[in-house]
Amino acid sequence: MKILVCISKSPDTTTKIAFKENNSQFDDAMVQYIVNPYDEWYALVRALELKETFGGNVTIINVGLAENDAIIRKALAIGADDAVRIDADPSDALYTAEQISAYAKVQNFDLILTGKETINYNGSAIGGMVAELLGLPYVSLATKLVIAVNTATIEQDIDGGTQVVECDLPLVISAAKGMAEQRIPNMRGIMAARTKSLTVVSAIDSPKLTAVKSYTLAEGRIDCKYINSSEPEKLIELLHTEAKVI
Amino acid sequence: MAVLIYTETAKGKIKKSSLEAVNYGNHIAALTNTTATALIIGEASNDDIVALGNAGAKKILHLKNDKLASQDPQLLVIATEQAAAAENAEVIIFLHDFTGKAVAPRLSASIKAGLIAGAVSYPVLEGGFSIKKNVFSGKAIADYSITSAKKIISLLPNSFPVTLSENTAELVNFSVNLDGIESRIKVKEVKKQTAELSLPDADLVVSAGRGMRGPENWGMIEDLAKALGAATACSRPVADIGWRPHHEHVGQTGVAIRPNLYIAIGISGAIQHLAGVNGSKTIVVINKDPEAPFFKSADYGIIGDAFEIVPKLVEAAKKFKSHQN
Ligand SMILES: Cc1cc2nc3c(=O)[nH]c(=O)nc-3n(C[C@H](O)[C@H](O)[C@H](O)COP(=O)(O)OP(=O)(O)OC[C@H]3O[C@@H](n4cnc5c(N)ncnc54)[C@H](O)[C@@H]3O)c2cc1C
Repeated sequence: MKILVCISKSPDTTTKIAFKENNSQFDDAMVQYIVNPYDEWYALVRALELKETFGGNVTIINVGLAENDAIIRKALAIGADDAVRIDADPSDALYTAEQISAYAKVQNFDLILTGKETINYNGSAIGGMVAELLGLPYVSLATKLVIAVNTATIEQDIDGGTQVVECDLPLVISAAKGMAEQRIPNMRGIMAARTKSLTVVSAIDSPKLTAVKSYTLAEGRIDCKYINSSEPEKLIELLHTEAKVI
Repeated sequence: MAVLIYTETAKGKIKKSSLEAVNYGNHIAALTNTTATALIIGEASNDDIVALGNAGAKKILHLKNDKLASQDPQLLVIATEQAAAAENAEVIIFLHDFTGKAVAPRLSASIKAGLIAGAVSYPVLEGGFSIKKNVFSGKAIADYSITSAKKIISLLPNSFPVTLSENTAELVNFSVNLDGIESRIKVKEVKKQTAELSLPDADLVVSAGRGMRGPENWGMIEDLAKALGAATACSRPVADIGWRPHHEHVGQTGVAIRPNLYIAIGISGAIQHLAGVNGSKTIVVINKDPEAPFFKSADYGIIGDAFEIVPKLVEAAKKFKSHQN
């Protein structure tokens, strides 16, 4: 089985968010970058499990500049066989998806996995776009993935519940919590990752349709109003008369 | 020209968030001197049609086609694309929900429309077309410009209040051409949650964390939720150890919600938890530790033992509700 896993670079979940250049850029001076958790914990680990069962190859793809090589090596240390980096700034979702599909088009993957969203841009867009560009079925927000012969059985989150669907390979799936358990790379994996192949591919021409003009931090709460623990009924009153939410 | 809004029913009734999207689309239509057209696929009652009109749709495209019953995004995209073409729509609105996440990106790739996923503002048209969206899991907001002629906006649910008018819409039975196209995705089983309120749609949410010490103590949490008419949620460790079902897990790696009221009981307020709930309009924190970080993100706080406070709140909430009726 030939599997492609799309990974993105994201700031560590505890990062204090700040901006620079007149709020036009994310300030990453103090930031520790990680592989986007959904991509790593769920998409990549499930891909490795499938490879362990059926044999085959797990390729990592990342659209990004040379500074991304560190997180790509991390994904290789967890167990992916090889990696491809498309040398481009992934600032627009469709542009990024065009890069991934241009590569995937000529490779005949049986399965393309992404995480359900990145934790920095929360777009949840790349999987669906890649599927459309390749003319493949897309199953979003998958929490379970089983493959038998040539058919994938997938459990996915839907509005108000979950559903089980079946689809023949090839297809694109976005992975959510439940699909696999996080793996910590061991020393052997880290050593092996150093010599695994990381191919850098130049970007194709494609327009960027969206761009960030500026950022602002989300407003914090100004003050917490404390209610004495001996009179919690006061809270109910305030929620009605002041906050007007009940 | 028109603004096209993708709408949906749930449990046999038009979704509140769909009315929000129509409101939103109608606002954009006014900005761009066009009108709002709602697309609804599948069964829709007369009440639904009236509601879509009241929310601001000038026209409703009602589409029934058995091939769309499976909700395969690939087919929904073809249908939406044909509706957008028929209406000559330049702006297409989705919700950033389960359906929107499956359909909007495909449509964006198909018609080469710039996509803003998770928008939280109306667009501004001066100097181009720009719009704000949540980034960094709710910790910041980015102002984006979209430069393509066609634009897709998926709106973060519960970002705008719904206002209804006396407006009525023209109803059109719309059909699409899906000849020769078969869904490659077969739905085998649908499991709907038994809870009456689905978490992302709930206006009021009562949530609890590891401070509750064990699943046997959730009775009072459920009682409070019931008394207020709220949905229940939990922190991640609580779902991980199996005290509560996974679909209740809110936060960066769980469901992101923005209810009108979020009550957090025995939850410390870790940054990853806050990322999924800090869009809530009003936050109440109940915690015995006055230093709990959550108080910094709260509108109302009670410092004390949940096991003493929550039962009293349940009584107060019941009393309040009975006075209201
Ligand atoms: C990559 C990553 C992603 C994560 N994603 C999420 C996520 O999506 N959602 C999430 O929730 N967490 C997430 N976490 C975990 C997060 O960091 C916290 O560990 C978690 O939110 C803590 O849960 P808690 O508040 O229930 O428990 P604790 O941190 O143990 O807090 C329990 C709280 O209960 C209070 N308490 C105890 N007894 C009582 C009592 N009798 N009365 C009142 N208060 C009491 C304590 O003072 C304490 O503040 C993530 C972590 C990582 C590293």
